[in-house]
Amino acid sequence: MVLPALREWMEKTFGASLNHKTTSRASLNVSDAPPAIVNEGFIQDVKAIGISFSQDVEDRVFRAHGHCLHEMFALREGMFKRIPDVVVWPSCHDDVVRIVDLACKHNVCIIPFGGGTSVSSALECPEDEKRTIVSLDTSQMNRILWIDEKNLTAHVEAGITGQDLEKQLAESGYCTGHEPDSMEFSTLGGWVATRASGMKKNIYGNIEDLVVHLKVVTPQGIVEKSCQGPRMSTGPDIYHFIMGSEGTLGVVTEVTIKIRPVPEYQKYGSVVFPNFERGVACLREVARQRCAPASIRLMDNAQFQFGHALKPQVASIFTSFLDGLKKFYITKFKGFDPNQLCVATLLFEGDREKVLQHEKQVYDIAAKFGGLAAGEDNGQRGYMLTFVIAYLRDLGMDYYLIGESFETSVPWDRVLDLCRNVKERIVRECKERGVQFPPLSTCRVTQTYDAGACVYFYFAFNYRGISDPVHVYEEIEFAAREEILANGGSLSHHHGVGKLRKQWLKDSISHVGIGMLRSVKDYIDPNNIFGNRNLL
Amino acid sequence: MRVVVLIYLWLIFAPLPLQLREFRSKKREVFEDVLEERRQSSDLRYAMKCFSPVIYRSLVPCKPSMLKAMVLESDQLQYVIKQISLESGEPLDAIQEQATEILDEMGQNLNLAAIRMFALTLSKIFKRLFQKVCVNEEGIQRLAQAIQEHPVVLLPSHRSYIDFLMMSYILYTYDLALPVIAAGMDFMGMKIVGELLRMSGAFFMRRTFRGNKLYWGVFAEYVKTMLRNGYAPVEFFVEGQRSRTCKTLTPKFGLLSVVMEPFFKGEVFDTYLVPVSISYERILEETLYAYELLGVPKPKESTSGLIKARKILNDDFGSIHIFFGKPMSLRSLASGRLNRSQYNLIPRHLSHRPSEEMQKFISDVAYKVELQQIANMVLSPGVLIAAILLQNFPSLDFSVLVDKTVWLKDLTEAFGGCLEWPDNMSSSKVVKASIELHSNILKLADGEVILFENKPNDPLTEEVVFAQAVTLLMCASYRNQLVNTYVRPALVVLACKMALSSSRGDVSRTFCFLRNLFSKEFIFFPGLKKRILKKEVSCCQNVI
Repeated sequence: MVLPALREWMEKTFGASLNHKTTSRASLNVSDAPPAIVNEGFIQDVKAIGISFSQDVEDRVFRAHGHCLHEMFALREGMFKRIPDVVVWPSCHDDVVRIVDLACKHNVCIIPFGGGTSVSSALECPEDEKRTIVSLDTSQMNRILWIDEKNLTAHVEAGITGQDLEKQLAESGYCTGHEPDSMEFSTLGGWVATRASGMKKNIYGNIEDLVVHLKVVTPQGIVEKSCQGPRMSTGPDIYHFIMGSEGTLGVVTEVTIKIRPVPEYQKYGSVVFPNFERGVACLREVARQRCAPASIRLMDNAQFQFGHALKPQVASIFTSFLDGLKKFYITKFKGFDPNQLCVATLLFEGDREKVLQHEKQVYDIAAKFGGLAAGEDNGQRGYMLTFVIAYLRDLGMDYYLIGESFETSVPWDRVLDLCRNVKERIVRECKERGVQFPPLSTCRVTQTYDAGACVYFYFAFNYRGISDPVHVYEEIEFAAREEILANGGSLSHHHGVGKLRKQWLKDSISHVGIGMLRSVKDYIDPNNIFGNRNLL
Repeated sequence: MRVVVLIYLWLIFAPLPLQLREFRSKKREVFEDVLEERRQSSDLRYAMKCFSPVIYRSLVPCKPSMLKAMVLESDQLQYVIKQISLESGEPLDAIQEQATEILDEMGQNLNLAAIRMFALTLSKIFKRLFQKVCVNEEGIQRLAQAIQEHPVVLLPSHRSYIDFLMMSYILYTYDLALPVIAAGMDFMGMKIVGELLRMSGAFFMRRTFRGNKLYWGVFAEYVKTMLRNGYAPVEFFVEGQRSRTCKTLTPKFGLLSVVMEPFFKGEVFDTYLVPVSISYERILEETLYAYELLGVPKPKESTSGLIKARKILNDDFGSIHIFFGKPMSLRSLASGRLNRSQYNLIPRHLSHRPSEEMQKFISDVAYKVELQQIANMVLSPGVLIAAILLQNFPSLDFSVLVDKTVWLKDLTEAFGGCLEWPDNMSSSKVVKASIELHSNILKLADGEVILFENKPNDPLTEEVVFAQAVTLLMCASYRNQLVNTYVRPALVVLACKMALSSSRGDVSRTFCFLRNLFSKEFIFFPGLKKRILKKEVSCCQNVI
């Protein structure tokens, strides 16, 4: 794919230039890695039970990080201070039980590892951990154990990636419908451990709505319920201790998850609004009428322009002429200001007839807010943007551009204020810290709920002339998070807390709340075997 | 005794660095006389000039009538209306009607044609009344920048009705967005003039509306709507009313908390508070104030009264100095002090009684604003002369007066006061010119400067006593302008005299006691933080 407009956009937005390039290392320098702390007894016992493992440096470094900016940077030009000492690959639930037993016996630390797509520093090894750190990689536990068509559930091993899960279910005509942006790599177990959210949650629900049954191996034994009743009143739901526990309590090994027949028909769509305010008002109305399509997202103007830069090379003169006509119609005839307008992308799913009906309903609401239908292509490209953005970040790094995204959830009445203030805060903090070019500071509303929305921020800047860009970046992200909290946003909608956002957790859930989590942790894992030190 | 005092001062404050020079030079910003150009070019052309002011960058342009509609439809006001209807049993429509009436009574009607008319007449009037109207240009530039960035609140000192006319006049002159001004209801009663003021951006508030929920609701929402939209800079007086004694009045918090709320709630990214100091060499209302202080009721504001007052046009009121202080970013002031997430759990249309922490913050900001106003006031020679004569009345030898004035001038400057003292004139000429300007209270005869004649043989009739009292009070008002410069050193010296022992602890304790005792009389930053105390008295130490 050729993206002809990308270069111009990068130059215009960041003052980036293709002449200024940084190069990343071609391969890892093995001698830079910190020496392994080896617990021979543990290794011997693992060998004895025949579970595959590795002490190879590359295997260990690979599992020492997620996808935070500072981790990417460390990979490119530095090294982590602490990495796992050994990687183990259990192949089934029982293997995990044995490994956890051995870990307790030898007092080593386990960090479960799924797809490695964490963006909360959750996979980072605590620097001062003196015990052997075992990275428990679930990637070999990736089978669908059974499909129950009567109850529409599937029992799946937790190490399966999103992509594989959907592919394999599709063979039987089913899907889970859970599609986080990271689904190429992220795993079912990882979704449970972080309280993940999928793009199409409006139809299928978030992970907490999808899970029917869990099997979790902890140092105290196995946590699971004895039946698969669809709802229970049996005290606080113990699965809610697990969902969002971020690997601090145990390893999720098997999950029973709801499945649905693969939808007959899928249709993308998009709507152009004269400005962001109108767009948000429309989304709010859609949520009020509870008629949100599978996915509805609203990009602000800056992101719309970014999306435009990602437009592939046009096939013919005719299509480019059509594009011109469309642009003319919207900006000249309809009077939309190209520097104000914003776009909502839509995805409808279901029966063909119902989809078309649904589509009309949504477009009618949009029209009330000045929205104009803008075609399927724009919609589809909007969703593509989501998946390419992580790759684009790697590309940007080659040209002194660093960036990151972060998210929050916020009540409807504060959406506009929060978006404006956070974006402004980012711009201002950049200026104060000597960033020479104005940063990209953009947001979009990615999910709608009855009582609020999920908002995503993208933020990138050109770091030429700054000696410690990662530090500057972290300070700015810190400030942005403070701004989010001051404006009534949550600490996280679905990325989780990890170690990156730990410092705010107490203010978010009260000290008693922290104490409740603490006491669960103390009971389940008194020796801190699951010692990644997330959350608490 | 003096020596002892000095030693204690030195003992207490010796560790502080000598910052005097910096303190002095800081004030030497360049003033520009806006009347100078008026005297040379056509007022009409000036009034008709192309006016394309600097405005807030994310302003959505709207008319005063649209603004009113927004206020009436706002969730906040609708909620208040519903509440009142529920409590009183009156139908919603009736209350909505009342709200509309209140808003119509209150609302400004900013109109460029009226502004141009004001520009024309005010040019004529100001040129006759004043020798100079001096504005610090740097302040104007800072303000222009601030207006573009975030909503701005202008907070001038209040000594005269001229204050807000002058503010709008200056903003018009420098092509800045014209402010909407919270004015007292008194003006609205004036025929024609009231409407004219409205068209120049004044909106009117009742003096008291405690307990009137609807009025408060409409008023607060009106101010907040204008601020949120960046419609225009909002202007009001922290002191609440004109100070009759030239002493800065303790601040009022109501309106200030209203303009801060949009920031607290995150409805705006930031708000700039701009303290403005307006210093008059001679105040228009000086005699009226003296009468008021003696118990003669304030004449009601009326158009006929205004016309009658036109005789003052033949009088000379010297020069005015207007200092636009540094815009104070509310965000910076609040950073690290306030946790704005306290608003997270309450729906936004509910009014939220400020927490104790919040109230303390608002009060601190109010005092900060007033202290800034005070710091940027410009003192005229007349102030010094009045202070000296009050200690030497009824009369003083002219050459002695000149010597003492020069001495006081040096002392005042050493204490950080900012003086307007022409460098190119001899001291005696400066003093003479000042006496001439204040010829209504001062006379120079036979080499004697006379505050009031006191012939021993004359009977002390009521008129004589009254006249003397008026003169004395006017004089005292001028002297009062010095108070802010000297109040801290004075309290230190007093503390040294009063303290039980000469130990450092005793003296500072007495100082704190006195500062507390006079906290309603003079403007001190609330609380007794060590850092602030040290700063406050550092100037005394420097001088001594």
